[in-house]
Amino acid sequence: MADANGYVIEGRTGPWEMVIGLEVHAQVISKAKLFSGAATDFGAEPNTQVSLVDAAMPGMLPVINEYCIEQAVKTGLGLNAQINKRSVFDRKNYFYADLPAGYQISQYSQPIVGRGRIVLDLPDGRTREVGITRLHLEQDAGKSLHDQHPTKTYVDLNRSGIALMEIVSEPDIRSPEEAAAYLRKLRSILRYLGTCDGNMEQGSLRCDVNVSVRRPGEPYGTRCEIKNVNSIRFVQQAIDYEARRQVELLEDGGTVVQETRLFDSGRGVTRSMRSKEHAHDYRYFPDPDLLPLELDDAFIERIRASMPELPDAKKARFMTDYGLSAYDAGVLVAEKETAAYYETVVNGAEGKKRDPKMAANWVIGELFGQLNKVGKGISDSPVSAAELGALIDLIADQTISGRIAKDVFAEMFETGKPAGVIVEEKGLRQVTDTGAIDRAIDEVLAQQADKVAEYKAGKEKLFGFFVGQVMKATGGKANPKLLNERLREKLAG
Amino acid sequence: MSELTDLTMADALAGLAKGAFSARELTEAHIRAVEAARPLNAFITETPERALEMAAASDERWRKGEAGAMEGLPIAIKDLFCTEGVLTTAGSHILDGFKPPYESTVTANLWRAGAVMLGKTNMDEFAMGSSNMTSYYGGVENPWRRKGDNRPLVPGGSSGGSAAAVAARIALGATGTDTGGSIRQPAAFCGIVGLKPTYGRCSRWGIVAFASSLDQAGPMTRTVRDAAIMLGAMAGHDPKDSTSVNRPVPDYTAALTGDVRGLRIGIPKEYRVDGMPAEIEALWARGIDWLKAAGAETVEISLPHTKYALPTYYIIAPAEASSNLARYDGVRYGLRVPGESLDEMYEETRAAGFGAEVKRRVLIGTYVLSAGYYDAYYLKAQRIRSLILRDFTDAFERVDAILTPSTPSAAFPTGEKMDDPVAMYLNDVFTVPVNLAGLPGISVPAGLSEEGLPLGLQVIGRAFDEETVLKVGEVLETAAAFTARPER
Amino acid sequence: MSLDKSAVAHIAALARIKVPESDLEPLARELSNILGWIEQLNEVDTTGVEPMTSVVRMELARRPDVVTDGNCRDKILANAPEVAQGFFAVPKVVE
Repeated sequence: MADANGYVIEGRTGPWEMVIGLEVHAQVISKAKLFSGAATDFGAEPNTQVSLVDAAMPGMLPVINEYCIEQAVKTGLGLNAQINKRSVFDRKNYFYADLPAGYQISQYSQPIVGRGRIVLDLPDGRTREVGITRLHLEQDAGKSLHDQHPTKTYVDLNRSGIALMEIVSEPDIRSPEEAAAYLRKLRSILRYLGTCDGNMEQGSLRCDVNVSVRRPGEPYGTRCEIKNVNSIRFVQQAIDYEARRQVELLEDGGTVVQETRLFDSGRGVTRSMRSKEHAHDYRYFPDPDLLPLELDDAFIERIRASMPELPDAKKARFMTDYGLSAYDAGVLVAEKETAAYYETVVNGAEGKKRDPKMAANWVIGELFGQLNKVGKGISDSPVSAAELGALIDLIADQTISGRIAKDVFAEMFETGKPAGVIVEEKGLRQVTDTGAIDRAIDEVLAQQADKVAEYKAGKEKLFGFFVGQVMKATGGKANPKLLNERLREKLAG
Repeated sequence: MSELTDLTMADALAGLAKGAFSARELTEAHIRAVEAARPLNAFITETPERALEMAAASDERWRKGEAGAMEGLPIAIKDLFCTEGVLTTAGSHILDGFKPPYESTVTANLWRAGAVMLGKTNMDEFAMGSSNMTSYYGGVENPWRRKGDNRPLVPGGSSGGSAAAVAARIALGATGTDTGGSIRQPAAFCGIVGLKPTYGRCSRWGIVAFASSLDQAGPMTRTVRDAAIMLGAMAGHDPKDSTSVNRPVPDYTAALTGDVRGLRIGIPKEYRVDGMPAEIEALWARGIDWLKAAGAETVEISLPHTKYALPTYYIIAPAEASSNLARYDGVRYGLRVPGESLDEMYEETRAAGFGAEVKRRVLIGTYVLSAGYYDAYYLKAQRIRSLILRDFTDAFERVDAILTPSTPSAAFPTGEKMDDPVAMYLNDVFTVPVNLAGLPGISVPAGLSEEGLPLGLQVIGRAFDEETVLKVGEVLETAAAFTARPER
Repeated sequence: MSLDKSAVAHIAALARIKVPESDLEPLARELSNILGWIEQLNEVDTTGVEPMTSVVRMELARRPDVVTDGNCRDKILANAPEVAQGFFAVPKVVE
């Protein structure tokens, strides 16, 4: 897929293009594991969420969790992808301490989901489509802890057997920013669908990055895989470092060796993994303990019918129905909960519509600001959508000014009291009485007679000063529009 | 006392029902017999205390009129079945000390039916073998000896211990598993009945896996009727096994009508192999006559891909085994040989823990699945497997059952055929195709060789038609009137 | 197909089974013998034949999304050669 944005690295000998593919492992939200009935909760005591099957005891056999199948299909539909009605589970054979059976049940040549696509929202407002190659289901491995003992590694199999969706992108990504945009959109879709919580810190979303470079227009170069990069920021850093490393190498006359690398987030570099004595030959073959998975149309349609409105569609609707900018709409739909909150603010409970743009500003500006300060998510907001709506109503009907409303909001956030109550308690009703405003203006102008003279002599920016003084005199409650009008008149006269 | 160990299961049940003897007496007699027969090395682990507890519980149930299908019957369990709290070794050093905290579904079914566990029987390591000589716990002696020759003979394998125990009358019956012939071949070598049910008839949960698409548990008994009784107790759907078929378990004894009139019996011409001993040919011919005399019709059929079955099996089974045995790595159970690094621990543990035959098969299996060879070997073998199944499916359009010899020879002396693995593999030439096609097959003792050793005839049936297989088997059994017994 | 010592060494490494140097040659011969015997499968024309996926003809069994297992650490660790604080312990792996 041709690159449209022309992002290049300027090497010594000319421009280089980077070619990036991302392989994301997304832990499926489900109560039980993919092939065993053990629980999937995060943070349990070691080896307490391990069944005999997960521990690969002799004679144990896998039985597939139907809900995990549904989650994979749902995700495939959310990625506009082809659902393969027949797919096969293969064994991927290798030895490691956290892989008890000595093989992982995965899908190799016939995955459950085929080609799809994702639309990236880029910071400059453009969009770009990136292809999805496939999605397949596989087991997660356990956890090895290497730092608990000087000469031993400790193994916890709680995670062993949890369902993962491996989502592979086409090598269509051309810059670190695009990679970030891809991950954000993918995460957003997964969270909307409720198929993965997208938590990169906890490891429920993991990213392997494939990076190669080439001269624009030339065929793909050799790629390196950077494993397990666990934040979007690190993904960007790793890509940037690795692409430059490869460019330097090639410009110095070297060749890129196809290998697996790790990202050292402390030093911001990628480095080769300790050379493995044995090359990985996974010896994939269909798991003889399982039959091929066959899905019928009815099953797929049932899942399609249960899907929520996805971010792209919601964003388009917000722009059309609410006249929001692409940017604002994008921010509001990034999380399903935020979008729902926003729509409740706009549409009210009684079908009372409020100004969508004003609502957007309040959610994105004030609400997010306060939430970020205390590290809360919108689901834990002390101010409900209804209450924010009520505050906006008070602005709309001129009961309070926008400025005062901000203070009220801060108070609502801290105390949980509704807007109306705070306004009354603190006597914050806006002053719209022309007489009162005139009196305040007269007082200020009288006190600032010399400044008035300067203003009349041409120092126009003193107008703002007068506005500030009158506001102060009215305890901030003067209706700004009225204040402006009256002040202008009085100064003109 | 020795009479109690001579009973068939059917007669033992009748005796218990009548109160002619108690389950305790029956079990005690067998415990003594097991002790006396230790030179055979048929058992790896004896469980006399548990057996007596179980027998006591059985007596209680008989008293209350709640007897199950196998109530009070002392049986032996091949050491491939995981038995809760009881050492389970699969005949291997690598499972040293392993006591499963769980019970296999098949053995759980048997205990629920009231059976009594005498112990765990010896077997070829990880069920890989046709002689029981690959066991870490030493070979098993066939209770039969050649006339005038006191060289010990193999009981066959891999269920050698189970076969020997039943033949030596130290257990009324035993469980076996059959992946390429491991029930039927030792049954033939020991002069007993061995039945491999249709793949998916019995659950594989809790049975140490060798080759997942071929393994199947089955009964080993002294009569066909006993096999029918025991299969009924073992079989059934298990939701914990995705390859277990959800079909009701019929009363297999009801199929033993003795009436095979009008049944069409296929005689596959490709089973007449080069160098086949005359006495085996003769036995086969006798079997054909018996069935004709009983009113069946015999039809020559062709199973054209028969000769490719063994090499096909020796790609598929090792491939699956190489993956199934990867879990034996010293981390979570069994033997651990220390190492400086994780990989070293793996390599030392598996080198020390696996015997030569297991290593050979794991390496072959690893090879045929490896990059560049998968298509040429594994995929090719799976295609040929489809053809072998098709051979049978086509044949079963024209016949209801197939009659063949069980083995190309009688039991051979211990130590023979050990130099050439392929020579050992050829023991299974008649049994392996049945596993590849997933069909039911029974071996019934039908006669004695010139040297006085048992020879078996095999009946193969359609999938899930164990009834016909048992019915035809019983007719052969009646006609053969095999009353010979081993000296030991 | 004939295997030489280095092929056997490679396979043994994949299978994590240590084979002493002195055993490589005899093992190579044994395995080559077996593989040579298997070669006869090339005689069979399998064009257009689907590889067998399963002898049982039925749908893949599915289970509902309910926690029915786990929470049995004692059973899981009962047979372990080395355990520490609820973990399996193995020689340290250096990444």
